This record gives sequence, C-alpha cells and structure tokens, in this order.
Amino acid sequence: MVTEPESKFIRIDDQEIPFVHGQTIMDATLAAGVYIPHLCHFPGITPQGNCKLCTVEVDGKPLAACTSPAAAGQRIRNNTPELNESRKALTQMLFIEGNHICPSCEKTGNCPLQAMAYHLGMLHGHFPAQFPVREVDASHPTIMLDRDRCILCSLCVRASREVDGKNVFAIAGRGTHASLIVNTANGKLVDSDIEPSDLAARICPVGAILIKEHGYDAPIGKRIFDQHKINEIGLEKIYIAGAKSDDS
Amino acid sequence: MTHKPKLKLATTSLAGCFGCHMSFLDMDERIVELLEHIEFDRSPFTDIKQLDHCDIGLIEGGVCNAENVHVLRTYRANCRILVAVGACAINGGVPALRNHFSLKECLEEAYVKTPDMINPHIPDDPELPLLLDKVYPVHEVVKIDYFLPGCPPSADTFYRFLSELIEGKEPQIGKVELRYD
Repeated sequence: MVTEPESKFIRIDDQEIPFVHGQTIMDATLAAGVYIPHLCHFPGITPQGNCKLCTVEVDGKPLAACTSPAAAGQRIRNNTPELNESRKALTQMLFIEGNHICPSCEKTGNCPLQAMAYHLGMLHGHFPAQFPVREVDASHPTIMLDRDRCILCSLCVRASREVDGKNVFAIAGRGTHASLIVNTANGKLVDSDIEPSDLAARICPVGAILIKEHGYDAPIGKRIFDQHKINEIGLEKIYIAGAKSDDS
Repeated sequence: MTHKPKLKLATTSLAGCFGCHMSFLDMDERIVELLEHIEFDRSPFTDIKQLDHCDIGLIEGGVCNAENVHVLRTYRANCRILVAVGACAINGGVPALRNHFSLKECLEEAYVKTPDMINPHIPDDPELPLLLDKVYPVHEVVKIDYFLPGCPPSADTFYRFLSELIEGKEPQIGKVELRYD
C-alpha cells in the first residue's frame, strides 16, 4: 500500500516549500516567495489556466501551476532555460496575436505583459505579426475597452463575477475567433453597470481596459515597472492602484 | 596592439521617424571614439547613396512600400550583420497602426476626404513607390541577425552593442536596456 508522506512539502528547483491542503502549486510558491511567471493568475480569484505561462514540470510532466493542486513530495522544475524559452515563445505569441504597439500605449511601463517580456528577454515577436482588426469600445464615459490589446486572460470576467458581484464581461468564440464581449443587449460598455472602482475595470494586465482621463499620469521613470520587476511577489495591489493613479 | 581594419557600418530608415538615428547621435562624443574602429558607408549621416559591402547594417523602420523591400534586400545582400533597430523595424511600431485599415481607406482619408483639398485624388505618379497592404516587421522580409528594441533604443544601447561587435564579442542586450517604449 502506498502511503502519503507525512510532511506537506513540495520541492521546486531544489527548494523545499510547505503547503496546506487545498493550495495550488502557485498558491504555495507565492506564499513562500518563489516566483512562477504568470499573467492570468491573481490571488483571491479562481484560477483558470488560460495563459499557460506558469507551466512547470511536475515530476516530469508539464502542468499549469495555477490550477494544479500541490501534493506532498512533488518535484517541480520552474526556473529552467527550457521552461523560460517556452514562456518566451508564449509571450511572443501573445504579442503577435494582438496589436501591442508599446510606444503608443498608455499602459506602457505599467503593463505586466510588457514587463513579462522584459523578464524573459524577448527582443522580437519571432512569429508573423497578425495585426488583427478588433473593435474598440469607447462608449462608456469613464472606461475604455481596446480589444487590440486583450490577451483573453479573463481576469476581468472573473473579477466582475467573483469580486464586483456583476457580470459585465465574457469570452465568446473559440481559438482565433475568441473575443472579449460585454454582457449588454447591444454589447456596449456604456450600457453595463461597470464602474471605475470595480476590480474588473482595474485588473487588466494589458491596456485593454483603461480608466479614461488618467493616461500618462505617471511620467517615464515613475511607472510601476520602472521601479519594480515582474518577478517581485505581491505586486497586485500596486497594479490595482496604478490603474487609477489619483488613488495613490 | 595590432591595427585592425575599420568595420564598415551602414544605416537606413524605412517606415520610421528617424528617431533611432537621432538616438544614435545621442552618443555624442562617443561617436568620435567609435570612428576609430568603424567607418560609415551608406547612411543618412553620410548621404552616400550606394551601398558597398559592409560589416554592419542598421535598419530603422518597418516595411511599408516596394522601395522599402528593395532597400532592405539590398542591405541584406551586402551586410554581414543586419540589425533591426527600434520598435518599427521589430514589430511595425506606430506606422503599423495603419494596419487597422485597408490601404484604400488610408489613401482616401489622406488625399480625398481631407477638408479643403484642391484637386483631391490619390497620387498615382509612377515614380512613387507602391504601398504594401500592411506595414511589416523587417524580419518578415529578410533574415535579421540582431534586434535592438526601443522607441528608440537608447544611445547607451547603441554604444554597448557596437562596442561589443568591435571587440568581437557576441552582443547582449542587458535587462536594464531592454525597453519597448
């Protein structure tokens, strides 16, 4: 009979870290101050494993750390050249599948996608740029939706449902036809009950959802990733505050 | 110390704003130091029109028309090391914002719908290079050896990159220098 080891530890890149029952690998590593690259995970929001950047090798098998439960005795590889190369390729795909023109984006310097690409040493998109044509929704007086930059992480969808108690967003379609939609009769943000103080309006890791009239508030040198690196644990509060700079 | 022959450097701007060239000039007096090891061939800095065989070619800007394709292929054929410099060369940059629209829409907006135009029509002089349907990153047209991201890459980035090439090292873009804006 196989028995579970008594100690509740996982081993990640030769570092042993504790976990409690119910934690995912991501939860346990974040609590221990170990960084696994991620874009679609946010503490306190149900993980969905969309971006796959947090893919780690668990006992030799690739798994998304954000959705995989921690189990005693797991041997996990995380910060390896092979995994980081795969993460870079995924990040390159996120760039070329949208229109991520950093110099013209007001999220630049505050953008976790951009910071992730810096972290992974991405110098170019590698794959043929798709330059998709996607609808911009500027109908709302205080919130802007630019689907060009949406990476379909679904953080806004989950934040709206789980934290704001609303149901403003959804992902419609599949594969290359997937898109972020607004759950209103005409599909416009203006008819939704979203407000700038909602987490859904501020959680976007790219410049797809922006609070209007706050662009470029912080000059270059004062933006989040001028002062922080994406691999610092616990940046989420700074992201949220940075999404509306008059709060800070 | 043995006297090494100078490296030949050529630069060009395709669909760009010349900001990368301006940033290159921001090296200030360090350019004089570099000139002990490199000499310019075809470049907006020299106004030489024909490209000779070169060691390094720096390409600023994306590919937006038939002439850009021709120039880029000429650089590839004549440069031992070809470098994509700046956001426009690497991913189309700001000029690629026109990729949201059809070429017809762009031309009509500029030459037909603009208010107060005299004789509004889309220019059709045969000497004008034909526009491509989209603005493309340079690596989608020719093989590129190195990428210097940034809008523009800083003078320090240019200096370090060229210094390392001069020293015969494999150039590295440090994490501090890696910026897309």
